[in-house]
Amino acid sequence: MASVPSKPLLTDELDIVIPTIRNLDFLEMWRPYFQPYHLIIVQDGDPSRTIKVPDGFDYELYNRDDINRILGPKASCISFKDSACRCFGYMVSKKKYIFTIDDDCFVAKDPSGKEINALEQHIKNILSPSSPFFFNTLYDPYREGADFVRGYPFSLREGVPTAVSHGLWLNIPDYDAPTQLVKPRERNTRYVDAVLTIPKGTLFPMCGMNLTFDRELIGPAMYFGLMGDGQPIGRYDDMWAGWCTKVICDHMGWGIKTGLPYIWHSKASNPFVNLRKEYNGIFWQEEIIPFFQAANLSKDCTTVQKCYIELSKQVKEKLGKVDPYFVKLADAMVTWIEAWDELNPAGDSAKLPNGKAK
Amino acid sequence: MSQASIKDIEIDIVIGALHSDLTSFMNEWRPVFSRFHLIIVKDPNLKEELQIPEGFNLDIFTKSDIDQVVGTSAALHFSGYSCRYFGYLISRKKYVISIDDDCIPARDNKGVLVDAVAQHISNLTTPATPFFFNTLYDPYRKGADFVRGYPFSLRSGVTCALSCGLWLNLADHDAPTQALKPMLRNSRYVDAVMTVPARALMPVSGINIGFDREVVGPALFPGLRLAGEGKVRWETVEDIWCGMCVKVVCDHLGLGVKSGLPYVWRKEGGDPIESLRKEWEGVKLMEEVVPFFQSVRLPRSAVTAEECVVEMAATVKERLGPLDPVFARAAEAMVEWVKLWKILGAGSSSTRVQET
Repeated sequence: MASVPSKPLLTDELDIVIPTIRNLDFLEMWRPYFQPYHLIIVQDGDPSRTIKVPDGFDYELYNRDDINRILGPKASCISFKDSACRCFGYMVSKKKYIFTIDDDCFVAKDPSGKEINALEQHIKNILSPSSPFFFNTLYDPYREGADFVRGYPFSLREGVPTAVSHGLWLNIPDYDAPTQLVKPRERNTRYVDAVLTIPKGTLFPMCGMNLTFDRELIGPAMYFGLMGDGQPIGRYDDMWAGWCTKVICDHMGWGIKTGLPYIWHSKASNPFVNLRKEYNGIFWQEEIIPFFQAANLSKDCTTVQKCYIELSKQVKEKLGKVDPYFVKLADAMVTWIEAWDELNPAGDSAKLPNGKAK
Repeated sequence: MSQASIKDIEIDIVIGALHSDLTSFMNEWRPVFSRFHLIIVKDPNLKEELQIPEGFNLDIFTKSDIDQVVGTSAALHFSGYSCRYFGYLISRKKYVISIDDDCIPARDNKGVLVDAVAQHISNLTTPATPFFFNTLYDPYRKGADFVRGYPFSLRSGVTCALSCGLWLNLADHDAPTQALKPMLRNSRYVDAVMTVPARALMPVSGINIGFDREVVGPALFPGLRLAGEGKVRWETVEDIWCGMCVKVVCDHLGLGVKSGLPYVWRKEGGDPIESLRKEWEGVKLMEEVVPFFQSVRLPRSAVTAEECVVEMAATVKERLGPLDPVFARAAEAMVEWVKLWKILGAGSSSTRVQET
């Protein structure tokens, strides 16, 4: 039984960004939920391949040639041969909200057997406030059937704007390679019926498989880094964006929610391939996490772009000592902001029409 | 939830009796409680005799026991919901589980009776992960693990000192909320336990908790007493107060606090509108209390829960005392409590103290 809303929300304000290197067959299952929205397809890998988009969807598609053409030399900040390239889609979008999903993610069912409209839940999450300053033990107090608990200060009950809605996955869990190798058969079967705000000052591993964010608010921080071809690391793209985003959201007073909605993650990637990609990351993250935990943004950082540039300087200075990769990454972070500002001149983003379909 | 490594003998169940007839309460919990030692502390203000069914291994403490053991203390009051703290004080076990006497076992989504004690023990005997949030919640639960991006050096976790359970049916909302939404009942069974991150504060509800007495016992005390404190939870904030103390202590000592399962079923009771008048004081006080606890920093020299509480008491007296006499009294209570703890509370089964 589908739970398709009679009037889908935010159809003119939300873009769905999908990176793909294979095909978009998965869209058929999502059709009842996604068809009312505009899609931005970022085609990774060989640009001479044609990726067929199922009929009936309104979309724009960008391959590597397009990315190079649009960004020129700044295209160097967009990863190749890695789903990190999806952040190009964020940059060219003209909408307020972005929902991004992987092409091996399908519609999940809740414990009653009902299909989960993931997009609808993300929209509910992002349109209701977050509560990062004090933990509510009954989770999201803005959900139907819940509220703040005794002892929760009234002055904090208005909440703050929600910048990110981080969804989860049933079936194949988002484990790292070592865990995958040790537990190849483990599947996430536990449906946790909760959404909660991640407290201020706490970092988390942000997975890009099922993610929504307020692009107007936090878009410039959603850079997915330098991964894939020619890079010493992979599978840390969304992690990197998540850590930067959390530090900036904490600084700006915005919230990040995690929990519902679930999607069904169908494909287990090869753990040996993953291990090679993640190898450096496993060691580097021991330095990266303390770096982000200690990261301090000055009061002058009044916009996300300023925060991000400031972070990039700190990355270069402190993480640059860990590996020269971080010097390159810091430069790419700056390039990203330059490209972002070029494509999104201040004040115009809401008014420009969608890009053309390919 | 294997308890193989934790013997039942290491657990005390402390019940504050605010109602005299505990028959149905004890019978409902019999499948869960009967294998453990129970400490029942009768609210000193309760006039009627306690009615308790047979078949339990328990010790009952009343006003005369409290007076005898504690003596006259101007600062410490063990009446109302605070009577349970006497139980915490004289327990000799490592773990204490405490549940309000108007709660019965809940059923999970499959209709299975929830063994709240087993879940609290499971929470307390598996590590907590306060330094980095795991998006799949408790990584030590069966079928779960740490997710991609979770630093390996943080995967051994820290000791969990406090386990905060939840409530189905009548949730622990404050009086204004319940008065505004009289039909609001919690029917959502969220199948998760999670560590509340370091430096994140939370309202700890005393309705359904478990803790490692050896480690944080001194930090759970009857401190903040409202002028109009009454017989329903809506008219108290004592648990919220010491819950924040405990969280600050745990954060300082590198211990963890978990929240989530187990659920208990909380029975209907009380009139929120009636309570509004009394609890309003508590609601106003929280506005001062929360920023205070968010800014408290304990010195490195405080390495035990006792030392932390003493330090906090001094800071409470200095910074909150001038705002309201209730805080000055709380600070005194904290100091008194630690003194009492050192004489009576410290030590577990290995240093036996005769129970009356």
